[in-house]
Amino acid sequence: MSEILAAALVNGLLTGGVYALVALGLTLIYGVLHIVNFAHGALLMVGMFGAWMLATHLGLSPYAAVPVMTLAMFGFGWALYRFVIGRVSRGEDRALLLATLGVSIVLENAALIAFSGDMRQLQTDLTFAVWEMGPLLLSVPRLISFAVAVAMAGLLWALMSRTDTGRAIRAVAREPEGARLMGIRPDRMFALAYGIGVACLGAAACLLLPTFYVSPNVGDTFVLVAFTIVVLGGMGSFPGALIGGLLIGVTESLGGLLLGESLGPICISVVFIAVLLLRPTGLFGAAR
Amino acid sequence: MRLRLSALASVALASVALASVALTPFALSSQFLVNLATLTAFSAFIGQAWNISGGFGGLTSFGHAAYFGVGAYVAALITTRTGLSPWLAFPAAACLGAATGGVIGFASFRAGLRGSYFALVTLAFAEAFRVIANSAGFTSGGLGIHLPLRPGIAALQFQDRRLSYALVLALLGLATAIALQLRRGRFGARLIALRENEDAARALGIDVVRVKTTALALSGALTALGGVVYAQTYLYIDPGIAFGTERSVEMLLVCMIGGAGTVLGPILGAILLHAIADTARLWIDLPGVAPMLYGVVLLIAVWLLPGGVVALRTRLDRG
Amino acid sequence: MTAPTILTRRTAIVAGAAAGLAMPFIARAQPAAIKLGLIHPVTGAVAAAGNRCRFAGQMAVTDINAAGGIKSMGGARIDPLLGDAQGRPEIAVSLVDQMAEAGALGFTGCFASAIGLAATQAAAKYNIPFCIDSGITDAMTTRGLKNVYRLFPNATSTTTDALAALDQINKKAGSPAKTAVIVHEDSEFGTSSAKLQAAALPGIGITVKELIPHATPTRDFTNIVLRIKQAAPDIVVITNYENEYVLLARTLVQQRVPLVATFSIAGGGFNLKFAKEAPTVVENMMDFNHWYNPKDPRALGFRKRIEDAGQVFTWEYLFGYFAVRLMADAWERAGSADKDKTIAALAESTFSDHWLPYGPTKFTNGQNSGCHAVALQFQNADMKVIWPDAFADAPAVYPRPKV
Repeated sequence: MSEILAAALVNGLLTGGVYALVALGLTLIYGVLHIVNFAHGALLMVGMFGAWMLATHLGLSPYAAVPVMTLAMFGFGWALYRFVIGRVSRGEDRALLLATLGVSIVLENAALIAFSGDMRQLQTDLTFAVWEMGPLLLSVPRLISFAVAVAMAGLLWALMSRTDTGRAIRAVAREPEGARLMGIRPDRMFALAYGIGVACLGAAACLLLPTFYVSPNVGDTFVLVAFTIVVLGGMGSFPGALIGGLLIGVTESLGGLLLGESLGPICISVVFIAVLLLRPTGLFGAAR
Repeated sequence: MRLRLSALASVALASVALASVALTPFALSSQFLVNLATLTAFSAFIGQAWNISGGFGGLTSFGHAAYFGVGAYVAALITTRTGLSPWLAFPAAACLGAATGGVIGFASFRAGLRGSYFALVTLAFAEAFRVIANSAGFTSGGLGIHLPLRPGIAALQFQDRRLSYALVLALLGLATAIALQLRRGRFGARLIALRENEDAARALGIDVVRVKTTALALSGALTALGGVVYAQTYLYIDPGIAFGTERSVEMLLVCMIGGAGTVLGPILGAILLHAIADTARLWIDLPGVAPMLYGVVLLIAVWLLPGGVVALRTRLDRG
Repeated sequence: MTAPTILTRRTAIVAGAAAGLAMPFIARAQPAAIKLGLIHPVTGAVAAAGNRCRFAGQMAVTDINAAGGIKSMGGARIDPLLGDAQGRPEIAVSLVDQMAEAGALGFTGCFASAIGLAATQAAAKYNIPFCIDSGITDAMTTRGLKNVYRLFPNATSTTTDALAALDQINKKAGSPAKTAVIVHEDSEFGTSSAKLQAAALPGIGITVKELIPHATPTRDFTNIVLRIKQAAPDIVVITNYENEYVLLARTLVQQRVPLVATFSIAGGGFNLKFAKEAPTVVENMMDFNHWYNPKDPRALGFRKRIEDAGQVFTWEYLFGYFAVRLMADAWERAGSADKDKTIAALAESTFSDHWLPYGPTKFTNGQNSGCHAVALQFQNADMKVIWPDAFADAPAVYPRPKV
């Protein structure tokens, strides 16, 4: 039993790395725009189909596609906010919510039209590669996504706290009116933040593809988990999203083992509820 | 005075118009159209239920499926596990729905959750309910529950679609009456004051947690009635159908598009959204195109109608 | 043959809906087209399978019309009405109403059981015959509805036959499988099948070491596979949907679990697309499912037509196709599309003009009691029938050769 517990722990950490990847972009968007981005799952799906197309049509490995997709998704996210979400909602909270909901409906069905409802998978050279650690066989693609998640959290943190753009975005997030007086245009900054958040999904999509599958509904699979992580880590906190991701990965893994894979998922909801009720600012969030 | 008269006249006009729209289906021979009217009235009803807490109280919830599912399971369990009349599911579901709303509300509001934090906690509760229903014994787990087919009014299974419509219309009437009472009564005034400025309301001596919790319990009770109607109509429920996110989204969408916090909002929202969805479905059969158009129209509606369909009148008046 | 069906259909729907007419005007001179409603979820979570059923249903209509329509009715053509149930029972019911008022005289559908239950019950109000093309739950035909017919095996008979197949294949090879772990998804489809499996496996000399239910979706199967590895069974019996099937199969390979065989029952992901995308993973996996009779040349021709249309062939095509053919056969026998006569013809039908691995239909309370699924195996990335012998086009590779 102890051996399988250890294995589940390690496996939970690796899965948690994947979750953190998906959650990093969400926490940025949440931290800046203070909205529940209903389109997050659909945008992850767009990224995954993008990576899948690059692989099947151009033969580009998903790992090589990371920079391409990150850039492409940044552009897509930026334009989406600038020309659709921002315009439609005029920055008003409830309208933002409905706008992201509308965008997700459009994107999921557009994918259904373009790619049909079939699920696709991509087998790369690395799909079955494992790294032997004692009795454990650790998936190499998972290890890679784990490393990238850590690196990305660091990069985002540096971007937001060490660059002028980052400072401007944070200023807008905290005091939109004050920032406006300083000559920063909030809508520009919101679009930029949305773009960066979606760019993270581009990278996440590439790293997820070799060990997962893609279909028009694939995003739904990750949405609730991503929200849980964002809340657990504190909205807007990158180290929080990383550690929150790992915690949720481990919780899910051990929960599944101890309560059964059917009841196990309840652990995620319970953690979610408990954090919100007891410490709504999350583990790393600033008091609001 | 002139203003007051014109307001009165427009209310009267709106009432007459709505009443005639609501009664038309009884004169239709097309079961299809009666059914469409029923589905629309049903959306309006659960939207109005959401509106009680989400609109008037400003308590945006993503997890009203929790109450819907509780109602659906109460009906399914009463019908299949007891010899009692399915009609008893209505009071039972209302009580349990209210209790569920009360507990979720009390826990969340005592912790001071607001805005998107509250929205997310409701989402998590609904998901927790789904997982429990999926693995508990008394709900038959993921197998779901088949309700036996026993057409008849005593068994709450209507052969004539007009009867289903009458039932849903009655429920919509009940929810709308409650919404009207909120607009006029003291409780409603407190609730709206809370929505507008919580700190000021607290300073005036309003018990914030109590008022909000009561509103959510009321909303939960109404939503659970919707669950009963669903289970008795489609005769099969499983955890995904009962507690799935789609239902929560439908409720908030109907309400927000129509105009949250207004009496007519959910009704107009339901009519608009069903008109869009059903027209698209009728005319286009390429997979995905109709729902995609629905999404596009939704975006346009949000863009053109900030404040919902209801606000259109105010804007027309001004313009 | 190039009549604009979509246009006539739309006009009919609008006329029927707007005026609330119960039946369209029937002209005398030429036999009126018979309207057939095809209801499937072509958007939403099960869109892929729903689309396949619809595609094949339309193909059947085209074939029947091209061959001269319903001959006993003077060559009446079939006019298909298409409906997207979007995975929601309430929309399926609405479609039944809409099509019934547009004059539909028969229905096929609905892929998902929850949708099928709602739709068949709605069609019963109009007494319109309904041929289930997919939707495996027993309840579809056990509720006492007189208008519902299923050509294909239900959940119980599929699982019962599957265990008989496993027993014979296992005994023939000298019983290398003595223990099993059952992995199933936890909604109705997986749970009901797993219950039957757990009850029956000991009877064929296989001990069940563990029963592992999992949620849909499950994002990661590593823990489940580690539990399987620890239990060290000879075989794993899988019942789940496509996404989870694929993830589980890949994780079994990745974690190098030594097994005599993997055996699935109506395995959601056991299809040629999976074989194409991951040939090394699927090799020698076995499934018990619906399939064609590979010894019938018409079956191979049918598969080729699907493949020529750019699709990957799956069993849903058979379902969608033959549900329509069964309905047309009943009209042919009845010589009329009258609802009562058609239902009577279905009840007594001995439909045999098919290339499925079973004989003529024989309905007992709406369920074809003569139908059986077959055991399939991936061999060199192609799907082979390995049981029963009468339809097998390859011997079973069992136990799986050690790599």
